[in-house]
Amino acid sequence: MLTLPLVLPPTVTGYYLIVAFGRNGFIGKYFYEWLDWSIMFTWYAAVLASFVVALPLMIKTGRAALESVDRNLINAAYTLGHSEWDTALRVTLPLAKRGLIAGVVLSFARALGEFGATLMLAGNIPGKTDTMPLAIYSLAGSGDWSEATGMVILLTLMAGIFLYLANHYSRRIF
Amino acid sequence: MGLLVAVKKTVKGFSLDVSWEIGNEPAVLFGFSGSGKSLTLQLIAGLMKPDCGVIRANGSAWFDSAGHINTTPQQRSLGYVFQDLALFPHMSVRQNILFGAKGVPESETTERYREMMDAFYLNDLERKRPSEISGGQRQRVAFARALMRRPDVLLLDEPFSALDTPLRIEMRSFLKDLRSTFRVPVVLVTHDAVEAATLADSIIVYSEGTIIQRGPAAEVFGNPADDRVRRLVMGQELALSAMCAVYANK
Repeated sequence: MLTLPLVLPPTVTGYYLIVAFGRNGFIGKYFYEWLDWSIMFTWYAAVLASFVVALPLMIKTGRAALESVDRNLINAAYTLGHSEWDTALRVTLPLAKRGLIAGVVLSFARALGEFGATLMLAGNIPGKTDTMPLAIYSLAGSGDWSEATGMVILLTLMAGIFLYLANHYSRRIF
Repeated sequence: MGLLVAVKKTVKGFSLDVSWEIGNEPAVLFGFSGSGKSLTLQLIAGLMKPDCGVIRANGSAWFDSAGHINTTPQQRSLGYVFQDLALFPHMSVRQNILFGAKGVPESETTERYREMMDAFYLNDLERKRPSEISGGQRQRVAFARALMRRPDVLLLDEPFSALDTPLRIEMRSFLKDLRSTFRVPVVLVTHDAVEAATLADSIIVYSEGTIIQRGPAAEVFGNPADDRVRRLVMGQELALSAMCAVYANK
């Protein structure tokens, strides 16, 4: 279920998030009742949308990284008297480190480019919830090409760097 | 000192039902691949749980289905040398060996570490990663790591299978010396008849999850109990004659 947003159209994910966290949503209504506050159309909503959409990438890459650690190494740590927790910290995580970093980079890049779910949940309020992809959409729509181009170049550069990092870290060194 | 193993275990249609006991002498579990030898080691180590039975080392119960005792691998005082050695690739030789010092009093750790480095000729390799040293050196690191805690039992799962023949012969004699230095019951798993014959005082022959013969090496090889043992021993004769041929040609 947590990895579903990977294949769902972002607007569908956004729709579900509204159903859950909107003013009348099954979680959101309690926030509204008790705190007189709703996450809708705040920058928190943009964070939530990006998080939910990017989480599956982190889970998939992270799980693959953890599962790629040789089971024998974990067993060896156990037979040497190390607890599961200690083994996780000193053997599993260090060996999965590169894959985990690749996961963080990929999901961050995905979150950075989030559009559909953010638009549904946070709207596109200038200066408040217009993330860069939303701002580019608005600027292009209103014919403000020069500012849009600036943002496009910046995002392209960042995406290039992220792709390089993700490739760099997903290569195994051992 | 001693080890008693009497266990039953069924995994994916394969069933293991064995019972044996050894004293301080090294014992070899000998048999074709897939006869349950490595599974037995995993049960002894606590990496898998037997369906029922008893495992006792030095008089203390590690597993006892009747008494509802099942200690964790961490609680069992054992050294386990894995087939692929399982050295931690992100740690240096020094870190690998010290990783085996869990539970060793801090005041003794350094002294014991030095002792291991000397015993296993590892002094120049402390800072190297496992990927930077040779197969024989890796082997010695794995032994040193397994013995740091001075375990009650040493389990060796085909530890020499990855080595080429000359190195294997060297490691065998090394293991023999080891027995006198570290007095600990050794259980060695192998499907290599030469290894079984040269290393063990006592041989336990496995076939399809049961024991088909056990006794001193001379008896097992001289007087095979049935055709299955004979086939294993034949393998040894072939291997021995092949080895002799190789050396005759050198």
